[in-house]
Amino acid sequence: MTDEVRRIVKEHGRLPVDVDSLPADADLYEAGMTSHASVNVMLALEDSFDLEFPDHMLTRDAFESISAISAALGQLLHQEAA
Amino acid sequence: MSVAVDRDQAFLAAVRRVADEFAEPNADDVDRSARFPVEAIDALRQERALSAYVPVELGGGGVSFESLATACFELGRRCGASAMVFAMHQIQVVTIARHLDGSAWFESYLRELADEQRLVASVTSEVGTGGDMGRSVAALTPNGSGTGSFEKQAPTVSYGEHADDLLTTLRRAPDAEPGDQVLALTRAGQHSLEQTGTWDPLGMRGTCSPGYVVRAELGAEQVLPAPFAHAMPESMVPVSHILWSHLWLGIATDAFDRARAFVRASAKRKPGEPLPAAQKLSHVMSELSLLRAEVDSALRSFAEASEEPGRESLSTMATILRFNNLKIAASEQAPRVCQGAMAVCGIAGFKNDTSFSVGRHLRDTMSACLMVANERIHQTNAGLLLVAKEV
Repeated sequence: MTDEVRRIVKEHGRLPVDVDSLPADADLYEAGMTSHASVNVMLALEDSFDLEFPDHMLTRDAFESISAISAALGQLLHQEAA
Repeated sequence: MSVAVDRDQAFLAAVRRVADEFAEPNADDVDRSARFPVEAIDALRQERALSAYVPVELGGGGVSFESLATACFELGRRCGASAMVFAMHQIQVVTIARHLDGSAWFESYLRELADEQRLVASVTSEVGTGGDMGRSVAALTPNGSGTGSFEKQAPTVSYGEHADDLLTTLRRAPDAEPGDQVLALTRAGQHSLEQTGTWDPLGMRGTCSPGYVVRAELGAEQVLPAPFAHAMPESMVPVSHILWSHLWLGIATDAFDRARAFVRASAKRKPGEPLPAAQKLSHVMSELSLLRAEVDSALRSFAEASEEPGRESLSTMATILRFNNLKIAASEQAPRVCQGAMAVCGIAGFKNDTSFSVGRHLRDTMSACLMVANERIHQTNAGLLLVAKEV
């Protein structure tokens, strides 16, 4: 899953740095991701994983890093399975 | 208090389930075939929702009027016709329940309505009255020995053929003035319906509302004790306008939800690309917010006025104007929202078989301005505005 998240951040996060060079817990906003780009990341994640982020999960923190995004997705996928 | 809240919550949970499981899956077929939404209404019967507003001591659900309005909204989101049948039934029940005035016959009728989940239709419109509900041609004619009869030419009776019982406006007696009206409740077996027209309309097709000649024989005790001149402004008119506007809001909300889903689906396919439909959606949301604000505030005003002893403020000119304006505003705004939603969805909204179809929503809400024609209401308002000081 983390690889897919990294691919989506790379494609839609419009970062000025090479996403592959970032550690999973690197702060994406500090790395230059705008809030507008984070919306596109979210849309692409929803499309790729076929799920929807509920409003309460749409926080700045949830999209802060590749590992934070993976954790949020994991929680959502777990809820869907339950 | 908490018992009442629990009752309301349980009722709304049941209505939402019926809306999702029975109203929504059949909505397109009900619309296409112009057939009665039998699945949803039967499911509402199973949940004892037809007697939801009947007081607990008479065997009903004892839910609040606010919950009833919310139920109309929830059903409207899934099937406009199911919501309209439910709303029109509840208008009759609320009117009876609020104007019992100790009538033993009507108390016992409400018990039976609760026991048997009887569906009530109304026979208010009449040929020859110019759409004015406050006037009747047909009269209750005494037959001697405490019984009476009437014959009424009704241009539409919603779900008349599917109703158990009918609540009919009539002149009090053959020599009464057109405005001296009563409400009479007749049960299946006491009345006959002779269909006089067809039913193939643009929208709200599942309400099955052709014209009929209604003939009935009834006992004197089946006339509601309260004069219609009281029941109309205190209950029937504001309750009609509030429940209708809630279901129109429900239909418009679903049209907006479909437009939003369309925009999100487009955005997911091409993240980051310009999306003109997203901006159109924002315009639709502004229109929906206006509709929601008007509908919500009317419900609050009515609840406050209903708690006053004597409910006198409901008969003031300012209040009559207020609920008339709710009807006019909501009936014009709801189709506007649906048309905006169609503009967002484009051809996907125009087609009848996509998950973004909003044609039914648009057609259903276009009936709103005709249900008591808006111009008829403007005419009433115009008269009131000549004399009313505080509006």
